[in-house]
Amino acid sequence: MKVTIDTDRCIAAGQCVLAAPDVFDQRDEDGLVVLLNPNPSADLAVEVKQAATLCPALAITVED
Amino acid sequence: MPRQVVIVGASAAGLSTAEALRRRGYDGGLTLIGDEPHLPYDRPPLSKQILAGTWQPDKLVLRGDEALSELGAELLFGRAATGLDRAGQQVLLAGGDAVAYDALVIATGVSPRRLPGADLDGVHLLRTVDDALALRANLLAGPKVVVVGAGFLGAEVAAVARTMGLDVTLVDPLPVPMHRQFGPRIGGLIAELHREHGVALRLTAGVSRFVDAGGQVTAIELADGSLIDADLVLVAVGASPATGWLDGSGLALGDGVECNSRCEAAPGIYAAGDVASWHNPHFDARMRLEHRMNATEQGIAVAGNLLGDDLPFASVPYFWTDQYDVKIQAYGIFPPGAELQIISGDLDDRRFVAAYGQHGTVTGVLGWNSPREARTLRQLVVDRAAMTDLTTPSPVTAAAAR
Repeated sequence: MKVTIDTDRCIAAGQCVLAAPDVFDQRDEDGLVVLLNPNPSADLAVEVKQAATLCPALAITVED
Repeated sequence: MPRQVVIVGASAAGLSTAEALRRRGYDGGLTLIGDEPHLPYDRPPLSKQILAGTWQPDKLVLRGDEALSELGAELLFGRAATGLDRAGQQVLLAGGDAVAYDALVIATGVSPRRLPGADLDGVHLLRTVDDALALRANLLAGPKVVVVGAGFLGAEVAAVARTMGLDVTLVDPLPVPMHRQFGPRIGGLIAELHREHGVALRLTAGVSRFVDAGGQVTAIELADGSLIDADLVLVAVGASPATGWLDGSGLALGDGVECNSRCEAAPGIYAAGDVASWHNPHFDARMRLEHRMNATEQGIAVAGNLLGDDLPFASVPYFWTDQYDVKIQAYGIFPPGAELQIISGDLDDRRFVAAYGQHGTVTGVLGWNSPREARTLRQLVVDRAAMTDLTTPSPVTAAAAR
């Protein structure tokens, strides 16, 4: 699984961190997304896809 | 289990419902009807990046042709629903066609409210991408701008127009901007923010009429008789649920399509997104939200209930606004008259998190340039924490939170 993020879209909602805290974090200064793990293992697929679906700024792309 | 689901409304909520149905393995018929001719697109950037010109409209597209084709749905875009025949289980379309359903999802969103006499040249509404592009084109001509209504849309557009260097006046009947969303104290900070950036605020001010010369707006007249010169007026006085096509259907239409906690309006008929009013059991309150994330989440919940989940939609809402260099994140609900307590950071530093409480319970958490802290403190809303258990941050705690 390959995760990519688009920080130009990110609005610092933090929904990705709520959905998949092992894969996403937020920067201290402005809350923008930090990708902790661009190649998460398959057991995180449900959480990661949930993060991409919920992101209100469409900033996360997941490829199988 | 339905075999023919028809979704009326092809924006965020309708698309979310359709995609969630397919993800869950629904393989029956699916029709997505939308009144705009465009591919489904995202609206929050309209009053921000699109208006400012930092994004081109192609960046708004929610799903391209390929993703839509994989959805395996009949797509009827540029087709407005005009009526609902519940006895015959069909949606009536402009032009005389009808689409049969055995389960229906209403996701028709909202329409901006208009003001009488506001059909002059230079007077704008903002809901669609076409509205945003027309507004931007007019802003580029360097007009004197008056924004009527200081809610989300009005405040964001005032910030963009002012950042473009234009002369901007923001008019609202309430004493501070965003009073309905965030109350007097945070609204007061938003007023300061706009003043610091050079926006003229005319608050506790009603608009009595538009003044024109040959059909082009030249000024607005306030209730006290004063005139404000304007070459461009944005009317941003809220929006009404787009339920006109449901008149006579027998569905309960109050403030939106009235649903139970399952987002179900009647057997086999659901609503999602801006148009849906439902009972949210987390807050034990009926609500209708015009928030981007609610459209996605409610669409997912409706898809689940269509497939038999029978679960209440008990969301903690999320929304945001960007104005100048300020990012506000809001989790939960912010009822009128709620008590407010700063729980992280400092108001004077313009970097803080505030908790809103009603009947002693935290219902909302608002972050002002503190997204990470606000997201962490959202848990207070999830936990329905007691306001009395919150502590005001000590200087040390506040510094650590930065």
